[in-house]
Amino acid sequence: MSSALSIRQLTKTYGNGFQALSGIDLDVAEGDFFALLGPNGAGKSTTIGILSTLVNKTSGTVNIFGHDLDKSPAALKRSIGVVPQEFNFNQFEKTFDIVVTQAGYYGIPAKVAKERAEQYLTQLGLWDKRDVPSRSLSGGMKRRLMIARALVHEPRLLILDEPTAGVDIELRRSMWTFLTELNEKGITIILTTHYLEEAEQLCRNIGIIDHGTIVENTSMRNLLGQLHVETFLLDLKNNLSAPPQLLGYPSRLVDSHTLEVQVDKAMGITALFTQLAAQQIEVLSLRNKTNRLEELFVSLVEKNLAKVAV
Amino acid sequence: MSSELQPNLVALQTIVYREVKRFTRIWPQTLLPPAITMVLYFVIFGNLIGRQIGDMGGFTYMEYIVPGLIMMSVITNSYGNVVSSFFGSKFQRSIEELMVSPVSPHTILIGYTLGGVLRGLMVGVIVTLLSLFFTHLQVHHLGVTILVVVLTATIFSLLGFINAVFARNFDDISIIPTFVLTPLTYLGGVFYSITLLPPFWQTVSLANPVLHMVNAFRYGILGVSDIKISVAITFMIVATVVLYIGCARLLVSGRGMRT
Repeated sequence: MSSALSIRQLTKTYGNGFQALSGIDLDVAEGDFFALLGPNGAGKSTTIGILSTLVNKTSGTVNIFGHDLDKSPAALKRSIGVVPQEFNFNQFEKTFDIVVTQAGYYGIPAKVAKERAEQYLTQLGLWDKRDVPSRSLSGGMKRRLMIARALVHEPRLLILDEPTAGVDIELRRSMWTFLTELNEKGITIILTTHYLEEAEQLCRNIGIIDHGTIVENTSMRNLLGQLHVETFLLDLKNNLSAPPQLLGYPSRLVDSHTLEVQVDKAMGITALFTQLAAQQIEVLSLRNKTNRLEELFVSLVEKNLAKVAV
Repeated sequence: MSSELQPNLVALQTIVYREVKRFTRIWPQTLLPPAITMVLYFVIFGNLIGRQIGDMGGFTYMEYIVPGLIMMSVITNSYGNVVSSFFGSKFQRSIEELMVSPVSPHTILIGYTLGGVLRGLMVGVIVTLLSLFFTHLQVHHLGVTILVVVLTATIFSLLGFINAVFARNFDDISIIPTFVLTPLTYLGGVFYSITLLPPFWQTVSLANPVLHMVNAFRYGILGVSDIKISVAITFMIVATVVLYIGCARLLVSGRGMRT
């Protein structure tokens, strides 16, 4: 599969001397749904800023669908759509006009621009709000407006910087469905998010960035495969006063009806239930204590923090 | 380059349309105030005080100040349109819509400049029409009149653009018009002929670029001027080219827009 994005030795040092990126390499294949994760200040937004040409890189190369950022910026810009973290449209303009005007910037004639604006505003549930000044839209509507605006020139690569931040769960799930459908149509998607459940559910590949370096770049499956120990919470039917003796499964009682158990992948979960059954402990339900990706993310970032501190 | 020409023409049309739509939508803030202000100037300076002053340069005082007042409104509005629109885009970050798109910096610059020129000319036409209620206007040299007014509007649109690029807050976009533009305009021969000044101040006045623009325009309308028209027009063409190059460089560097 050909490459959608190829970054080599990308560095960014801001005017105040802060080095946001220290030579990152990153590849995203065409058609991928890629998660770029990292703690606040890790370098995610700087990377996206460079891709969208709002931030000037210090050194390194960026190539999108074969278009070099330095040699053919116009062709590169034409192939990407960017949904930024902050609202960046004219608050006094009407919803419809914002999308049509953006299409005009990409050289799309007015007739086509209006048709596409109708198409994307309808798909994103904003057609009823087409004549409303954008400042009167809700936070979720403003985010959807930015997605419609980013799609109006029909880019091959869509970059979304925390598109579901502050969006309620119902709307977030409808946006997930919309993005999945876009990806199935062949649009490559790069997503940054703080909702790790979102990344796990949507993305096939993942890059974790921390302190300006890529600390992990692999498939979601491989990454989750690195998780050797998962922590489960078991809701018990019985009322326990002390944790049961479970050989090979460290455990503690959270309360009299909730047992926290660490499960090593090598041990599996079947043996745990066998031991619980032997002690007449009935389990009503079980769930992960934290999102699996979240456990890995925290451990990778902590490891990197220790490295940086050394 | 030719493959980029057509999309850039569409983008240019989009920017100009958006700019014109902006200043016509908010006409009570953009088109009405200069009309009211200039009518007051015509009534008070031209009519009431002008009658006491008598002739100037061979014309009634009203006839003499009308070209200057038209230029004053063109200068203020072309400058004000670009500085407020471009800084507003920066302030709301909607300038990023343009920066992430493949529009060339020249298209952006020409688009904003045309927006400023069109507002300046529209206000100029409004003021000219209003002046007809107070005096009779005859155009001495139509070509010079049009060339000068267009060049002036272009120059001040470009200056407004530079102001907007460097501005960090709303104070920064009002400082230049208040402390530089207004004094230069008032001292630029709008209300008087510099021949009334002592020789030293006549020489000092020649350093004021607005004086050349106002007098060149007055020549186009009335056929009289305190300065050489050829010098004034050459100066304006050179200023337009130099300012355009400076603005284009600012845009390419992304100053005030890119990190």
